[in-house]
Amino acid sequence: MSLITVRNLAVGYEGQVVEENINFTVNKGDYLCILGENGSGKTTLMKTLLHLQKPLNGEILLQDGLTSNEIGYLPQQTVVQKDFPASVWEIVLSGCLGRREWHPFYGKEEKKLATENMERMGITRLARRSYRELSGGQQQRVLLARALCATQKVLVLDEPVTGLDPNATMEMYELIQKLNQEGVAILMISHDVEVAVQYASHVLHLGTPSFFGSKEAYLESELGKLFVLHEKKGGSVEMEKGDRHA
Amino acid sequence: MLETLLTYLKFPFVQNALVVGILIALCSSLLGVTLVLKRFSYIGDGLSHVAFGAMTIAAVLKMTNDMLLILPITILSAIILLRTGQNTKIKGDAAIAMISVGALAFGYLIMNIFSTSSNLAGDVCSTLFGSTSILTLTDEEVWICIGLSIVVVLVFLLFYHRIFAVTFDESFAKATGMRVEAYRLLLATIIAVIIVLAMNLVGSLLISALVIFPALSAMRMFGNFKAVTVCSAVLSVNCALLGILISILAGTPVGSTIVAVDVVAFVLSCIIGKIMGGIKK
Repeated sequence: MSLITVRNLAVGYEGQVVEENINFTVNKGDYLCILGENGSGKTTLMKTLLHLQKPLNGEILLQDGLTSNEIGYLPQQTVVQKDFPASVWEIVLSGCLGRREWHPFYGKEEKKLATENMERMGITRLARRSYRELSGGQQQRVLLARALCATQKVLVLDEPVTGLDPNATMEMYELIQKLNQEGVAILMISHDVEVAVQYASHVLHLGTPSFFGSKEAYLESELGKLFVLHEKKGGSVEMEKGDRHA
Repeated sequence: MLETLLTYLKFPFVQNALVVGILIALCSSLLGVTLVLKRFSYIGDGLSHVAFGAMTIAAVLKMTNDMLLILPITILSAIILLRTGQNTKIKGDAAIAMISVGALAFGYLIMNIFSTSSNLAGDVCSTLFGSTSILTLTDEEVWICIGLSIVVVLVFLLFYHRIFAVTFDESFAKATGMRVEAYRLLLATIIAVIIVLAMNLVGSLLISALVIFPALSAMRMFGNFKAVTVCSAVLSVNCALLGILISILAGTPVGSTIVAVDVVAFVLSCIIGKIMGGIKK
């Protein structure tokens, strides 16, 4: 059963095409890793999938009863959020707003959903803590719990481990894997090709040439071999740069 | 001292000033938190200058109710400013600076060319710093202020959770199906209304202070959105009350006295925040 089918999609902004002829499908339970060089259109593709910007060409089909606001989203953190005075509870609960239509306040159902998802992410004891006092890994868990309040079907993650220490990074990846095993389809943008190889079921590689297929096929392909090798050589240096930048 | 105060409180114009002052302080503090967090602290300043420009035009046209001109122009500018906060050629801070300085210059120019009054500097000063206008409010103005304040507070309460979501994370809110543009429009309108209201109290120059200080003070002491919002409203109302009372007793200008009280409250909040943080650790 496919949830999302993308056909001949071209993405970009202000009429400028960043990447075109993107084709892929996401099925229930898939773990798709989106790879590519900086500037290859990974984030632009993600924003287009989330309806934050319009596709320049092609189509995105949502099937199997998936509606456009049932795609959960874990964005990269913004400067505004770093010192935002909000409790964990307030943030997780705000993930339920999409379900409330015009109703101004939260109901029992929303509160139950938020409680459940906080338990799932192991942050129940942090409920009353202020978001800005948490560690990077804890903050990401809070945002994941919020995304889970918005959806049970598809999660889109934009470089979820940027700025996390090695331990927190491992925990984050394992958490995502656990969610995937519970049946949530995952779309993850990543710099880290080794992780893609370790956890993902499918790989979408943007750029020329591009690639979409199962992880096994990717590792067999010329592009995959080249990229894995390249990342292994220069990867550690690039990672550090990325961390400092964040 | 208490007796002097009680004598003053019997005058209707003092009562009006207190009512209007407290309402404006309440309204401006409610949205202050959002504006400060969204890095729009200066929007109050920019919009108040626009309102000043509009006010001079209304004065030249000899309009009996200048609100009718000031309000639409300010709302329009607020919408334009909040839109430019996104990906446009002129960034938010530059757009605010541009509109603010431009409107101020045109306002002063118009006043200079068309003014019939002999005391031009005094006129400009009282519009900018609002030295006396809160004490010369008409009953009609008081009622307009009460009406608009009720609307602002109601809208804020009804959309509280959504305002929080949009402030914290616009992309997520939009991705999960919220009409973010509509809320931005709503925010812009409320902000414009508050600023036009606040002009009567502190004048156009000091409005920023009324918007920013209570929010910043509250953020020093509390770590969740609800507490920050409530605390900022309480602080703002109390500072306004105290400021007006002091200005009556000491004969100081109302606007700057209120802001001075706000500054003192901010310093105290910083100290309290430090102590509370120390205890936690």
